[in-house]
Amino acid sequence: MATFAQMSFQKDGMNKELGAFFKGMLEKGAVDAVLVPMAQPKKGIRLSLLTSPEYTGRVDPFAPIAAVSGAKIASSLTARPSGRRLAMVLRPCEIRAVVELAKLKQVTLDDVLLMGVDCLGRYENTDFAKFQEQGGTSESFLTNALAGKTAASDFDIVGACKICEFPAADNVDLRLAAIGAGSGTVFIEAVTSKGKQALEKSGLQPGAAPAGRDEAVKKLTAARTEARDKKFSELRKEVNSFEALASKLSACINCYNCRVACPVCYCKECVFVTDTFRHTGDQYMLWADQSGALKLPNDTLFYHLVRMTHMSLLCVGCGQCTSACPNDIDLMPLFRTCADKTQARFSYQAGRSLEEEQPMAVFKSDELMEVTGQVK
Amino acid sequence: MSEFEPQIVAFFCNWCTFTAADLAGTSRLAYPPNLKIIRVMCTGMVDPKYVIKAFLNGADGVLIGGCWPGDCHYINGNLKARRRVANLTEILKQYGIDEQRFWLRWIAASEGTMLKEVADEMTEKLRHLGPSPLRSLGQMAV
Repeated sequence: MATFAQMSFQKDGMNKELGAFFKGMLEKGAVDAVLVPMAQPKKGIRLSLLTSPEYTGRVDPFAPIAAVSGAKIASSLTARPSGRRLAMVLRPCEIRAVVELAKLKQVTLDDVLLMGVDCLGRYENTDFAKFQEQGGTSESFLTNALAGKTAASDFDIVGACKICEFPAADNVDLRLAAIGAGSGTVFIEAVTSKGKQALEKSGLQPGAAPAGRDEAVKKLTAARTEARDKKFSELRKEVNSFEALASKLSACINCYNCRVACPVCYCKECVFVTDTFRHTGDQYMLWADQSGALKLPNDTLFYHLVRMTHMSLLCVGCGQCTSACPNDIDLMPLFRTCADKTQARFSYQAGRSLEEEQPMAVFKSDELMEVTGQVK
Repeated sequence: MSEFEPQIVAFFCNWCTFTAADLAGTSRLAYPPNLKIIRVMCTGMVDPKYVIKAFLNGADGVLIGGCWPGDCHYINGNLKARRRVANLTEILKQYGIDEQRFWLRWIAASEGTMLKEVADEMTEKLRHLGPSPLRSLGQMAV
């Protein structure tokens, strides 16, 4: 039941056409506001809440950057909803995180039109700045990335993106489809009836589906899945003991930026900033006495293990944790490999479906018999 | 150098397993002193953090003992505990602590002999398995 509207553009005209589309949506009342990546006045691209058709000329949804996870932004905008209809233009990992947050009631999707952008990867924030300085644009990135070349001068897309099996978003009302679209073309795909209504209201004419789209997405997904399996297997060989894990985390300073950056780290107040972890002087002395010396700050390995316990079941592999670490610890593979196991244990996949209940939110009287191995 | 004696941290629910431990005591059933018992009101209040902390501090084994499903004093605390144990086991397994060291067992208030059997079984198994891999980490396990 998907409906496709083709959007063709001349060189460097993609954002202009996309801007016109969002302008149409706002002017014709399909939505009251749009959350979309936009070129900022001075430098850079950021998600912006657009309510005036006047500024639509600056939209840039395909820019290879996600300065922060859009899911966190979606949560700040909709946890206590405005009541105005909002279109949210987000990448697949952000959409998947939104699905998880919606289950936690930290995102409300009632007045929301979800638009998923095809994603070929993002650069780290500082690399994206270099990319723009070197003249890179979303169009040049897409053209190269769709041909298999994501790397720029001396940087590439982040590790998380290289192994991401979700280049196209699910659970959306509309898709901005670039994969399999052909050069100089992007498709707006209406996935749900809500999306179809919005598409029709915006004034774009529906047409034929892009030939080869499904195949192109499948091919890219397969390549990424292979890369993922390879990365997981390498990491598991390297980090298969607490010693190896502690070693990987040796640069950690307990700044908790990974927690701040993580879209699915859901606790409103993290236990690590409560009194539970404000130890007294004599407690520190006791621990120091036990081993002779105590690294400070402590509770480092503890913190990461607790984070795994709390959120590995919801991890969507966005890689913002690695991006956020000031000491360049590559956290994403640690959390993704852990999430791979814990999610599989409950046959759960974070972000797959709004209907699927989160594993720690439900329980049954007869299940997981193998945990105790006892039969009455 | 004497034989290795495993240190097992045990979280027993007040209503069932802790009572079973009392019964084992009054019945004069001897079981190993390797279990360091902590009484909690329900296995549902055993935060995975307690288990992680126990292992980081060098515990060779952790045993959680609670009521059989359907008999929980708080209706479903033990069911939540079972899900949490499954999740935590998957995590710890990746780094070398598996189901051999981390047990969840249902032991009812009247099952004093089963308490003794579980304690015997776990202690003996851990004697053979050896000390926790985290013991040698010492200062790194923070």
